[in-house]
Formats: sequence, C-alpha cells, structure tokens
Amino acid sequence: MRTLCELQPGQRACVGGLLSQGGMRRRLMDVGLIEHTEVECLGRSPGGDPAAYLIRGAVIALRRADCAGIVLEEEEGGVSWD
Amino acid sequence: MGLTNTSTGRGTAAGRRAAGDGTLIALAGNPNVGKSTLFNALTGLNQHTGNWSGKTISSAQGRCRSLRREYILADLPGTYSLLARSAEEVVTRDFLCCGGAEAAVVVCDAACLERNLNLTLQVMECCSRVLLCVNLMDEAKRKGIHVDLEGLSRRLGIPVVGTVARRKKSLSQFLDALDSLVEGPAPKPLRVGYGEAVEEALALLTPPLEETLAGRFSARWLALRLLEEDEGALAPVRAVLGREVAGEPAVAAALEKARVVLGAYGLTGEGLTDAIAAGLIRTAQAVSRETVRGGKSGYSEADRRADRLLTGRAVGYPAMLLLLLLVFYLTISGANLFSDWLGAALFRVQDLLTALFQRLNAPAWLHGALVLGAYRVLAWVVSVMLPPMAIFFPLFTLLEDVGYLPRIAYNLDKPFQRCSACGKQALTMSMGLGCNAAGVVGCRIIDSPRERLLATLTNSLVPCNGRFPALLSVLAMFFAGGALAGFSSALLLTGAIVLGVVATFFATWLLSKTLLRGLPSSFVLEMPPYRRPQVGQVIVRSVLDRTVFVLARAAAVAAPAGLLIWVLANVHAGGASLLAHCAAFLDPFGRLLGMDGAILLAFLLGLPANEIVLPMILMIYTAQGSLQELGGLAEMKAVLAANGWTWVTALCVALFILMHWPCSTTLLTVRKETGSWKWTGLATVLPTAMGMVCCFLVAAAARLFA
Repeated sequence: MRTLCELQPGQRACVGGLLSQGGMRRRLMDVGLIEHTEVECLGRSPGGDPAAYLIRGAVIALRRADCAGIVLEEEEGGVSWD
Repeated sequence: MGLTNTSTGRGTAAGRRAAGDGTLIALAGNPNVGKSTLFNALTGLNQHTGNWSGKTISSAQGRCRSLRREYILADLPGTYSLLARSAEEVVTRDFLCCGGAEAAVVVCDAACLERNLNLTLQVMECCSRVLLCVNLMDEAKRKGIHVDLEGLSRRLGIPVVGTVARRKKSLSQFLDALDSLVEGPAPKPLRVGYGEAVEEALALLTPPLEETLAGRFSARWLALRLLEEDEGALAPVRAVLGREVAGEPAVAAALEKARVVLGAYGLTGEGLTDAIAAGLIRTAQAVSRETVRGGKSGYSEADRRADRLLTGRAVGYPAMLLLLLLVFYLTISGANLFSDWLGAALFRVQDLLTALFQRLNAPAWLHGALVLGAYRVLAWVVSVMLPPMAIFFPLFTLLEDVGYLPRIAYNLDKPFQRCSACGKQALTMSMGLGCNAAGVVGCRIIDSPRERLLATLTNSLVPCNGRFPALLSVLAMFFAGGALAGFSSALLLTGAIVLGVVATFFATWLLSKTLLRGLPSSFVLEMPPYRRPQVGQVIVRSVLDRTVFVLARAAAVAAPAGLLIWVLANVHAGGASLLAHCAAFLDPFGRLLGMDGAILLAFLLGLPANEIVLPMILMIYTAQGSLQELGGLAEMKAVLAANGWTWVTALCVALFILMHWPCSTTLLTVRKETGSWKWTGLATVLPTAMGMVCCFLVAAAARLFA
C-alpha cells in the first residue's frame, strides 16, 4: 500500500482513500482529497518536511505524518513527468 | 500584522448587529480570495487584508450604500468549509446560520473556482439568498482561465457576478446584483446530491423539519446536521429557536426512521460524514468542469519557478535571510536619509516653543513640564521611530501582499515541528514583527489549543515594530560604523531578528517539554499563488493603517510619560530628585544585568508602549544634566557615553529590548485570548527571565574578561 509520503517531487498519483480519522480526515476532504483525486508532489520544504502538493488547482503543504494517512491508488499511475 | 483596532480585537464581534438601519449581509469566502479587499473597497473601512489564511479573525462590520439601499457588511473569517470545526469555521458557520443576515455573499477566486465552490455549495445549503462573487477575474484572465459566469449562475441557480475588487468600477455591478437579490424572490439554488442513502434519509426528515421551522432555518441543512449529530452546529440553532428541534415528536420519529435507513445502507458516523464531504466535492468538480475553460490551474509555471527559488531545499533558508537583510538594509539606508533632518527639525520646534513660552511669561515649571518634559519625549519618539517604521512597514506589507508569508510558514514548519508546535506559528511570529498584540490575536489561525498557546506565549520574543527601531539605534550607535555602516547595521539587525527567532524556538521547545507537553498535531497550509503587489495601495495602507496607528499610540503614551519624568526629575526629596531616588533604587539590579537603574526605569515606564524606552532613557539622563542639542545618532551616542555606556551596556540593552515583558496592550490581548491571568503571567515572566539570564551572562562574562 503506497501512501502520499512516497510520492516524489514531480510525480503524480491518484488518491485511493484516507486512513486518517476525525478532524484531520475532514480537513483533508475539505481540500478536496477524496477518492480518484489527482495529486502532484511539487517539492519538499528546506527542512525536508512538510512537502507541497498540487490538489485541485491549489497548493497545499502537508506534513509527512499526515501524508501517511493518505493512500494512493494502486495503478500504473504515478507517472513521472517533467 | 494588521494593527487597526479591528485586528487587535477591539470593535469586533461575531454575530453582533451594527447599530442603525441597513440590510445585514454576510461576506464569506476562502482565504486569499481578496474578500477583505472587496470589503474594504465597499466600506472604505481600514481593515487590513493579508495574503494568508485567517487574516480576518472575527467578523468585522462596515457600511456601504448602493443606489437604492444601505447595507451592513459583515466580513467573516476566510474558511474552506463549514464542516471542519476550526475556530474560524465556527465563527463563520454560526454567523451564516444564526447571525440574522438577509443574504450571504460568497467570494471566490476565479483562478481556483473548483476549490472555492465547496464552500459556496455549503453556504447555499444553509442560507436562502446567496450571491456568488467571482473575484480576481483579472488574475484568472492573465493565467488564461475563463469562467462562464452566466453558465455558472444557471447551473448553481443563484446570481453570479464577476469582480476585480482592486478596481472600484466593478463594484457597482456587484451592488446592483445585491439589490436584486435582496429585493427579488428567493432563488432556487442547486441541491447537492449526497447519494441514494442520504437522500432517502433526507426525504424522510426534511418535511417535518420544514413544518416546524417555518422558514427560520434551512430544513435540508438542519436535517444533515441532525443526522450527523453535529452538536457544535445544533447548539446555536437551539439557542435561537429556544427549543430542541429534535424534541418535536414528528421530527424525532422521522429522525429515528432516517437513521434506520442510513443504517441499512451501512452509513453511520464517519461514513455519513464522508458521503456528505464527497457529495460536495463531486458537485463542485462537475460544476467547475462545465463552466471553467482554458488554463489548467491557477498555479502557473511562474509560481512553480518562484517556489523552487523561495522554498527550495538548498536555497529556501538563504533566500529568507537575504530577503530579511534586504528589507533591513533598505529600511536603514532610507531612514538615515531623513532621521537626522527630522530630529533637528523637531528640536528647532522645541526652541520655538521655548521662545513662545518666554514671550508669554509662562512660569518655568510649566515650560519645563510641557516643553522639556512632554514635548521632548514626543519629539524623540517621532524622530527615532518614524523613519524606520515608515519604510519597514510598506516593505513588509509588500512581501505579505506578494504571498511570501505562507512560504515562511512552510519553510519553518520543520523546526517548529521539532518543538512540537505548528508551522503556522511562523506566520504569527511574522505578524509579531509588526505588532505583538496583532500577532497574539493572529494565533487563532492555529487549530490545536496547545499549539495556539505556545504561539501566544512566545510571540513577544520577536521584536515588534515598536522595538526594532530602538534596537536598530542601539546597534548602529555602538557596533556599526565606517564606510559600510548601513550594511553592517542591517546585518546586525538581521542577526538580532534571527536571535529572536531562535529564542522563540527555544521558548517553544521549553514549554512543550514542560508545561504544554504534547505531540505536534496535523498541519494543512495553503500556499496561495504569488500575486502582483498593489504598490500604491500598500504604501497608503501601511502608512495610514500601521505607521499612524503605532505612532499615535506611542505619542499618546510618550507625552504623559515625559511629563511624569520631568516631574520626577524636578521634585526633590531628601536632597535628590525623585527620579534619582528611583534610578538609584533600581541601579544595583540594573548593574547586575549590565545596564543601570535609569535603563531599567525606562523599561518599566515603557510598559504601555515599548516605543518610548530609548527616548525615555535619554530623557532620564538629560533631565538630570543640562544637554540641549539633541539631533541624530551621534549626539545620542554622546549622551549615552557620558552616562557610562560601553559596548557591553549596549549589547545588554539590545538583548533586553529583544527579551523582556511584552507591552501592556499585548498583555491585555494575551489575557483576552487565553482567558487566564496565569498564562498572561507566564507570557510576562518567560521572556523577562530569558532576557535577564542573557544579560546577566553577558555582563558577567564581560566583567570576567575585562
């Protein structure tokens, strides 16, 4: 099971589901992270964590610990592009 | 770092209706969509807007007129949703459902419509009259994004108007649309579909609710909250109705049945919540696909390049330091141009005043109290404070306007995470550079109460705008010099700010290991696209909103404090002035910290406004002597040196300026925000103790090696 943590800068993938519970789950859904949503990792901050993601046209910074609750769809996706 | 009354907490209240007539309109929207700019343009109220979430912290109200009607606009905090229950969301939701507004306006960013529609759909669900205002049409156009406003209006079933809030002429269109919305029949808005199960449950629950509510609340919205058992949303409804809706037999029976239906589909608890959130997002996606053409994303290639430079792994931190250095260099070299001139001019005015008093044969004590006391301190405050302030504020606002501050939070999140705190503390810290009271209020953007408290208690460790000109003067007088004076001052000041940041990290870490133990909570931060700054507006706004506000506050304190000092210096008891008694009393302690009694006395008197500390020190020294000419830094240094200042004194004063008790406004704000005198006490003791320890160590080391 791949999570958003593993998405490298420049890679894209689709969200398969959320493991987070409660308030964080709500917050992630509010930024549009539901099933089949495409996410692109834009880069990591100077400290290495958090990382910036392009989600539905907006740039959202998420911490590694929170990304571990976002499961990616298992497919040939995650196509690297540059 | 808004410094107006509104942003520091006074004059704001959620859900309060402004006095007088007018149609109350709620203004909602995502953060960073120019909502407050629109609000300002409409009302002319000086309410500061910022390019990061949570700028408007509680609802501010202002008036505006259309051709036909008078409106009271309530500017609600920017939120992405009404469901996630953060502090801003609660304020917004409660106002929308129970604030008594006739209509709601949702402001959206044209370049990021899909994301913004999530909130729009939720507002449409709970309010009967909604106007969608698609803002920043010009930015979207530049990015090649076209929004079909008519199509959007048809699809959503509500009026839609496109605006460029920065340009006043698009506002009349907006007001016309608002008039028609308020006067016309209620629109029939699009209903978000939540899937078979939820719809079936809603079909059971909505009719009895409609009957009992009689149009007071949206039945569909309330039905969803009842199904979700969202107590936070139901409590204000209960308060308005004065009864428990679910207590009605018909409603209770329907609710029971609806729950059974949901249960049969396996939709309970989190499942139901998910279905509701997903319904909203899918609808938003569908609507935006039909109505937005062109451009892939509001986050353009240029934004990507800028972010690689400003938040890149290798260059993020150096870029941050260089920017800070640049801002200070410009501030210092700009301030030097006219601070000497300003000082000389203000002291010429003192001579004129003296001449006037002499011609009027005024008694010497009156001249002394008013001119040598009140006026002189006022002149000091203006000449020391005004030049750096008038340059630093616009520069900082410019950075804010471009959208750089959320990047600071992004860059600094890792160290804050290490301290078990939230990266958004970097934002409140930056706000603290402007004004610590504003920074403390700004801490509301942090969701976790523990992390909010960490940010609140440590905010005064970055020097506010009232302190850094004093810091600058002390450093420039004793440590900078030669051909590169401006540059080395900037370097020293940058160092001082970095030290303040390090102190913030240390204090945060210390608190989170002792009194405020806990794990870092989650962190979701939006980084808005970079925007072209509105240079003209930035200058006007920062001069009016900030410089004048801070200066007026300082002046209001400085004149009476100057008067007090003069009285203390001229009332004698037991052979010495009261001032000498006070200074002598504090002197041993001051010496221990590498300073003296006069300096400590000035810090104590500076409690209402830190701006007056340095002028006060000079005042105390000169009140006892007879120095007349006081112009620029050179004269200032002469006075200080004559009173025994060395580089050690200057260093200790600089450290103590950086770390001592916050000003009284900040303390009262901390009291208001935390609701506890105990935390307020800690906010006083913590920076003071840190400052005292540092000063003591520096003084002891200097004594040891001297």
